[in-house]
Amino acid sequence: MKRLLVYFIEIIICFIIQSAMFHYIALANIMPNLLLILVVSTAHMRGRLPGMLIGLFSGLLVDLMYGNYIVGLCALLYLVIGYLVGMTHRFYSNDDYTLPIIIVAVSDFLYGFLYYVFEFLLRGRLNLLFYLRRLILPEIVYTVAVSIFLYKLLHMINNRLEHNPDEEV
Amino acid sequence: MRRRTKFNINPKYVLIVCIIICISLIIFSFRFGDKLSPVKEAVGSVITPMQRGINSVGTYISDKFDNFRNINDLQTENVKLKEQVNILSYDNQLLLQDKKELDQLRKLYKLDQQYIDYPKVAARVISKDTNNWYSTFTIDKGTKDGLQKNNNVIAGNGLVGIITEVHYNYSKVRSIIDDNSNVYGEFSKTSDTCVVKGDLQLMDKGKIRVEMINKDAEISDGDEVVTSKKSSNYLDGILIGTVSNIVLDPSNMTKTAYLTPVVDFERLEEVLIITELKEPLID
Repeated sequence: MKRLLVYFIEIIICFIIQSAMFHYIALANIMPNLLLILVVSTAHMRGRLPGMLIGLFSGLLVDLMYGNYIVGLCALLYLVIGYLVGMTHRFYSNDDYTLPIIIVAVSDFLYGFLYYVFEFLLRGRLNLLFYLRRLILPEIVYTVAVSIFLYKLLHMINNRLEHNPDEEV
Repeated sequence: MRRRTKFNINPKYVLIVCIIICISLIIFSFRFGDKLSPVKEAVGSVITPMQRGINSVGTYISDKFDNFRNINDLQTENVKLKEQVNILSYDNQLLLQDKKELDQLRKLYKLDQQYIDYPKVAARVISKDTNNWYSTFTIDKGTKDGLQKNNNVIAGNGLVGIITEVHYNYSKVRSIIDDNSNVYGEFSKTSDTCVVKGDLQLMDKGKIRVEMINKDAEISDGDEVVTSKKSSNYLDGILIGTVSNIVLDPSNMTKTAYLTPVVDFERLEEVLIITELKEPLID
């Protein structure tokens, strides 16, 4: 129960910080994707099911607040990413901080690419290289930089929950 | 690492169920987009106050950072601005004279055309889209301040965008630089119509695209584009920006140009909303 509450609060905080605060510190109009970091780290630390659920709910939140009439696309992307990253749970080790960062980079690329395909390619915007250079790659760099700190924080929270003996979802 | 043993569902099945839910949501929202509005409203009314709080913290911090800006910059800017004030006040005087003349002429011709002074509401930009692909933002006024869907949003004296969704205490605005935005415009000099389209690829240059200009239109760089009377959602006569780089399309039928908006979209904090809707055309 406690864990669910913590997840809920994490999603809300990440979403609010990203939407209301980050455009003040955006470099070249690019913002890091906090929710993706949250989904990826949870999926990596906890496995497929929690990763999927967090992805679904944070995606739905984004869709409901900012979707361009289409509700469910972000949810779908985050859901799939949560599931795929959840499969890397077997490589999870308590003191490895490198692998999660690489996973964050890969999944941010996946997210950016799929988003391009669904929202831009389907409208006939064919210039993939431009979008890659202008949006996807900078977002990866920025997201990776932020994830170095955020993953440590989330990892700490996870360990704290882990050591609590009687509470288990 | 403790494993859950009580409910041992294979995550694969959960994934399939969730994907089906998502896809049906997508189809549902495509088909009946308005039906989801109450849900959005409920989520929004919880999240928006929190965003407003965090946003004020962000404004405070960025204000503090701005204070550290080099004082030399400010001084040179001051000198420039003073020059500009001189030029502008001179221009203003000329314009006033012209206006008097115009008034007289109008009276003469009994063309007492009235420029409607639209009713406006001021609002603050409280959050921007969470991803980097679109240029929509949220403002802190909604139906309780008399806003409606399709109200035009302006800042300074130029067009910013249009309200796409309105809720009790917040609304969403799609700016004209958004990749999805299309505005019917016309050249204020020659009344040639054109379509102003947002384009993500040109956004870095601070420009948007103008298409469908008649190839015979006698326009040149620096001409002003205003919203057209033909537009169904935008009130006419609102300044959008100035054109440049006019080229003839390969089809030899139309011209395309770049447009520099008069509004600075980088630093948009306060906007004005015109609370009057464009009257629909009735057959």
